Amino acid sequence: MFERFLHWLESTAPAIAISESSWLFPGIESVHVLGIALVVGSITMVDLRLLDLNLRERPVGELIAETLPWTWTAFAVAVCSGALMFSSNATHYWGTVPFRAKMLLLTLAGINMMAFHATIHRSVDSWGRLSPTPWAAKLCGGISLGLWVGVVLLGRWIGFV
Amino acid sequence: MLDDFIQWLGATPISLRIQEVFWIIPTVQAVHILAISVVLASMAMFDARLLGLAGKRNSIASLSRRFMPWLWGALIVLAASGCILIIGEPKRSLGNVVFQLKMCMLATAIAATLGFQSVLKRDLAGGAADLAPAHAAVAKITGLLSLVLWVGIAVAGRLIAYTS
Repeated sequence: MFERFLHWLESTAPAIAISESSWLFPGIESVHVLGIALVVGSITMVDLRLLDLNLRERPVGELIAETLPWTWTAFAVAVCSGALMFSSNATHYWGTVPFRAKMLLLTLAGINMMAFHATIHRSVDSWGRLSPTPWAAKLCGGISLGLWVGVVLLGRWIGFV
Repeated sequence: MLDDFIQWLGATPISLRIQEVFWIIPTVQAVHILAISVVLASMAMFDARLLGLAGKRNSIASLSRRFMPWLWGALIVLAASGCILIIGEPKRSLGNVVFQLKMCMLATAIAATLGFQSVLKRDLAGGAADLAPAHAAVAKITGLLSLVLWVGIAVAGRLIAYTS
């Protein structure tokens, strides 16, 4: 069932255009790198603040509110460009270990973010100006940083298998 | 002459070692991308402020203090990881037109940043609370130039893999 979906994906017009063109894939890949760079860079700023290592004078709530629009915009760019690259050779990518591991880490990063927003972030107004930050904030920041480093590492690895 | 250097570098024991161990190049490339992430995010936010597009609640001076240490720190990581990649694959990089273009853009971006920082420093030393209003145009030009150059540097970096 899923295999058939992957084959169908590869047969769509954009997928064929990307796999047949000599410049479309590198072009889309460049956009993907720009997107992921802004995602990881902006998330790192927040994670380091949660870990109490950076920007200690900035209230956490404000920093997150200022940074999140950058993160989500860049994430949308990364997902769209990533989906286009994936479609051009879907069955191959799906069969590789680094691709599957990357999707797993992305899912975990999403769960970690939702857990953060559903718990400790609710009371950010009461602790957001404090240094040191609460242990739960440090935990979420540390997990997030580790997962995104892993996403970049695995993402680069996909090109080598 | 460049060809001779590329040949010599590619035959050094350290280059051969980097070529032989399969995980070195992808891992160092990943470190390189992580460092460029720090540069791009910092500079996109700083340049957006210089262009008057975002972050207007913060002064240019305060954002400069916030982002410049990250720029210089990440550039050190980029230079170190970049050197490993060059030593491992000298022909792919040094002999590549896109790589040479990337280095020109990098030099220009650094020069533009240093130039702007010295203007800002002089204004602050002269007793101003932030960049002098007279230098608003300098801020806009620097912001635009820096933004275009850093995007160009990242794109060129990826395109090195597809050109020669």
